[in-house]
Amino acid sequence: MNLNKLIEEDRLGGVFRVHRAAFTSAEIAALEQANIFQRCWLYLGHDSELPNAGDFRRRTVAGQPLFWVRGSDGRARVFYNSCTHWGANVCRLDEGNAELFQCFYHAWTFNNQGDLVSVPDEAAYGEGFHKEAMGLAAPPRVDNYRGLYFVSFDRDVEDLISYLGDAKEYIDLILDQAEEGWRVIPGTQKYSVRANWKMFSLNSLDSYHVRPLHSTFFKYTESLGSGDPPPLPPTEFPGPQGRSLSLRNGHGVDIFPSLSRARPIAHWHPILGEESKEEIRKRRARLVERFGEQRAYLMCNTNRLMLIYPNFALHDIAGVSLRYFEPVGQEYMEVTVQTLAPRGESPGLLNRRLENFLSFLGPGGFAHPDDIEAMESAQLGFRAGGPEWIDASRGMHREATALDELHVRAFWRQWHANLSGDAKAQRHHDSLSGRESSEDFEK
Amino acid sequence: MTSGRDDSLNEKLAALLLEREVEKFIVEEAVMLDEWRLDDWLALFTEDARYMVPATDMPTADPKETLALINDDVARLRGRVERLKSRHAHREFPWSRTRRFITNVRIKEIIGEEILANASFLVYRIRSGQVDPLIGSYGYTLRRVDGALKIATRRAVLDLEALRPHGTLSIIL
Repeated sequence: MNLNKLIEEDRLGGVFRVHRAAFTSAEIAALEQANIFQRCWLYLGHDSELPNAGDFRRRTVAGQPLFWVRGSDGRARVFYNSCTHWGANVCRLDEGNAELFQCFYHAWTFNNQGDLVSVPDEAAYGEGFHKEAMGLAAPPRVDNYRGLYFVSFDRDVEDLISYLGDAKEYIDLILDQAEEGWRVIPGTQKYSVRANWKMFSLNSLDSYHVRPLHSTFFKYTESLGSGDPPPLPPTEFPGPQGRSLSLRNGHGVDIFPSLSRARPIAHWHPILGEESKEEIRKRRARLVERFGEQRAYLMCNTNRLMLIYPNFALHDIAGVSLRYFEPVGQEYMEVTVQTLAPRGESPGLLNRRLENFLSFLGPGGFAHPDDIEAMESAQLGFRAGGPEWIDASRGMHREATALDELHVRAFWRQWHANLSGDAKAQRHHDSLSGRESSEDFEK
Repeated sequence: MTSGRDDSLNEKLAALLLEREVEKFIVEEAVMLDEWRLDDWLALFTEDARYMVPATDMPTADPKETLALINDDVARLRGRVERLKSRHAHREFPWSRTRRFITNVRIKEIIGEEILANASFLVYRIRSGQVDPLIGSYGYTLRRVDGALKIATRRAVLDLEALRPHGTLSIIL
């Protein structure tokens, strides 16, 4: 496969297209496993999922069974879920609390810090057997940014904070919204899509599809009446058309005014209930007090669709959702969705937050099933033969609005760099004359 | 025959008739859904009704405080039906074929005017070359309104560990 023929870019003419083999080739899928999923930082979970010593969660990351456990010493660690003896899973529940993990096969026993503490009939082993070296194995790199844990299978991967690039600022813009901190709400939406995993990355950034694809959702929310009128924007950014931005390293965000739509933090709409008005207005006033009008406006009156490259979508729209997805072959993926809520939120507003989330999002919502249909339909369309490319040129000749595809192109450039063996794409922005790689252009 | 034995027989007959009525109600409901008679189906609900599908990892949880798959009040249920009928619910246009097998219908408890009943389901969704089985149980709260049974709560609990490979719950489960 000639990797140089996968992307065609004509900067002057404003054309950017990607060969459909990117979605259908088993060879490319294998290269992605090696060069992306074994090299990048991949989302693992949120700190609040392991509140107490001994709490554990099973996770599959890049197809590899892991478990994540807070040791009796208070530290969260990640282990390969495989006994160092004959390989069976030592953690056999999705979640729970344990001091010890005893393998059910031969009863080798590990503590919640990964040490091998007991081997039946230990005297049967000779001098060369070192119990202390037979503890559970751990992926080489685990780190967290503000409670969001990531894992990497590459010992030499750059530090998480540098990997996150400018996405860090947008994570802050979301996490700063809850003064008392966030918690993952119990309940996980686990589903799949019969499409290449990159479809989900692209769909997670894209606003261009929202009006045409999700008309039934808008019809429903508009039938409920209108929310509070939005305030006059105290800042020119992101502007009435919103912006699509590259955040370096393949990460991107779509940011746009939420107008009179519901934002549990902190913009009232009838879907959030009369009884929540006061709590929401107080919350907004507090955010203005803490962060000033401009930043509070961005928090309360704009939505964000953010992709942390390659496979973690952190969405701040209709609530905050954590969506991560994994390829299983080139035409199928497994998706996991969780949601965050502020720790101190009243039961009434939490209920409304969740209802608002479900009305749009998730496999039973009024919008997301149609995203899945569109991804699967495109995957089927690729079997047609005929057209060789998908087009991602939108807005290449102008300052990109939220409906443009600048972040999509940044994703593809990073993807292509990884496939070619580079850690970073050289250009993460569109390059227009006089605006080459200018940071100001993006902000 | 003593009157005591009559009473006992009458009680048994009444219980049997109620069981039959509940079973018939639930089966008729399933047929309505298979035939996509969604307006008829909507008319089965009380004004304060809920239709819920909990997340597959929290089958017993309350959707007020946990992330579920579906938690509809009547307004959202109407919206859902309107959406499915609109031709713009792309996951269900054209509509999928479904076939529902309802069994093990049991009355769990009767509290005043309300009947708590359970049933097992196997619902096949067939579309675009895929056959996806949905397996689980229903928990109903049925209420008698003007002599007829109505649905006050309809909780569909999936036994599946995940919606894989189904992807969505775009039909009414």
